Amino acid sequence: MAVSTPRRTVHDTLAGLERGRRRKLKERAFATVLFTLTAVAILVLALLVVDIVLDGFTRINVDFLTRYASRTAENTGIRAGLTGTLSLMVLTALVAFPVGVGAAIYLEEFAPDNRFTRLMEANISNLAGVPSVVYGLLGVAVFVYALNLGRSLLAGALTLALLILPVIIVAGRESIRAVPLAIRDGGLALGATPWQVSYRQILPSALPGMLTGTILALSRAIGETAPILVVGAVFSRRADNEPWYFMEAFAALPVQIYNFVSRPQEGFKIDAASAGILVLMAVLLIMNSAAIVARNRFSRRY
Amino acid sequence: MSKNWQVLLGLVVVLALITAACGGSEGSANEELGEGGDEEGAGGEGGELSGSIEVDGSSTVAPLTDAIAEEYAVEQSNVTVNVGVSGTGGGFERFCAGETDISDASRPIKDEEAEICADAGVEYVELRVGTDALTMVTTPETDWVDCLTTEEVTKIFGEEDAATTWSEVNPEFPDEPLEVFAPGTDSGTYDFMVEDVLGLEGSRQDFNASEDDNIIAQGVIGTPGSWGFFGFAYFQESADQLKALEYDAGDGCVAPSVESAQDDSYQMTRPLFIYVQQEALERPEVEGFVTYYLDTVPSLIDEVGYIGVPDEDLEAAKSDLQEAIDG
Repeated sequence: MAVSTPRRTVHDTLAGLERGRRRKLKERAFATVLFTLTAVAILVLALLVVDIVLDGFTRINVDFLTRYASRTAENTGIRAGLTGTLSLMVLTALVAFPVGVGAAIYLEEFAPDNRFTRLMEANISNLAGVPSVVYGLLGVAVFVYALNLGRSLLAGALTLALLILPVIIVAGRESIRAVPLAIRDGGLALGATPWQVSYRQILPSALPGMLTGTILALSRAIGETAPILVVGAVFSRRADNEPWYFMEAFAALPVQIYNFVSRPQEGFKIDAASAGILVLMAVLLIMNSAAIVARNRFSRRY
Repeated sequence: MSKNWQVLLGLVVVLALITAACGGSEGSANEELGEGGDEEGAGGEGGELSGSIEVDGSSTVAPLTDAIAEEYAVEQSNVTVNVGVSGTGGGFERFCAGETDISDASRPIKDEEAEICADAGVEYVELRVGTDALTMVTTPETDWVDCLTTEEVTKIFGEEDAATTWSEVNPEFPDEPLEVFAPGTDSGTYDFMVEDVLGLEGSRQDFNASEDDNIIAQGVIGTPGSWGFFGFAYFQESADQLKALEYDAGDGCVAPSVESAQDDSYQMTRPLFIYVQQEALERPEVEGFVTYYLDTVPSLIDEVGYIGVPDEDLEAAKSDLQEAIDG
């Protein structure tokens, strides 16, 4: 026994080493597979971006941003679409943020745990997965016709607000849940009412998460073509959209790009369309950076 | 905390400013003075008109209306023309509901649509503004075919016994595979080919369909021996990579061209119209725009890729319009 033990130990150690080596090999193989998959995803994305940049970058200039559309590809511009999209975003945010945050606070802090609440919660989660064109059809039925808003900027913004509400509510609830329980209990223990705790403690702490959620949701809305096309974004117009003239007809960047792409001339379908896509991506990136800045600026540490 | 709110407020203000800055006030036509507008502006010359004109309808006609609107904006910067693309049918639906002033159409209004308009009390005037020549194409290497008869096109695109090789279309053609690229069933171009050119109820199902003519062009270019069709403008843009086929409607082969479409010898053409609501014509900005439309369309239509109507037809349209204006 005493003699055989070291032999066995050596044997075991060798076997263990072998097993370890094999495990490590497996691990490395798995990591390599994962890396390859990531690389493929990123490579495809990069190719797409590079292709668009190559086609569109030289086409972007001040004129392109400040001119209305033209029948000649060299003179065309995206002013109408750009002002339309920015106005849409302002109105959408103004509607969706308060409603979404309100709903999130209610569901997290005040709603009784009953069947109705659970039904609402399930519905909100489901709504986040509904295809966007369905929201467009809803927008036409409710905002354009039932509420008689016509094919206006406001109808478009309300439709987009509806589209992103589930996302804002879900993100809002997540960030409320992330506020430490001690803060809430401490507040209540000190005699604050639930309303005071929500307003003075929870809301400020959860705000960065809510802002991030809202801005990311808006970046989803900005690229949506189907719902606003259904609600009635125009193919072309030569006037600016401004958020305060919300009953006017509206243009939008994705629809304008679609307009460019559908034309026969290379100058439109390649150059102008790519440039339009780049502008859309730039607006999107600016919004996403704003989300990061907001999160860092407002975040509280406990 | 209060500082945070200030930053947040700042963000909102900046966003609003960006919008406002992009929005520059001088170009916009926000004041809706249309109804109360001066009568003297009615001639459209010199007078400053304002208001907005709602146009919707065919996506084929939209680029033409848009081109006219572009030039009109130079003269009347306070008139906004909003052009939508709900399709000819969708456009008429809105037109007859009184939602739009002008409807773009790539076919005449159907009887049932006209009935809906009549029931709603919407009167209108039909103005022919151009012609779109449908063009059948193949690749330049397809050297065995230059011209197709209606019968042959029926074999290629028709519902029954759809040909899968060129020899099935015509025994004189070689036994080469035939692939078909065409507009999807939702498009007016498809309807026109099936119903008006071939006189059929439906087409073959096994073709490569796309609502985007650019994709059809790409498909034909990339597939030797394929066959497809779309608007003349899309052919012109890729004329070096495609071969346009002549069409024989019974009176001999005719190649698609501006001349053959204008003198009606090329028969695969469809008319482009605008329909103007009678009541809207009382608004000076609508009257001005439509008058301008007919005056400028001959000089702009080539650029958009369509074919102008013969002079006498244009004159007829002008007198129809004048009649409608005089009411």
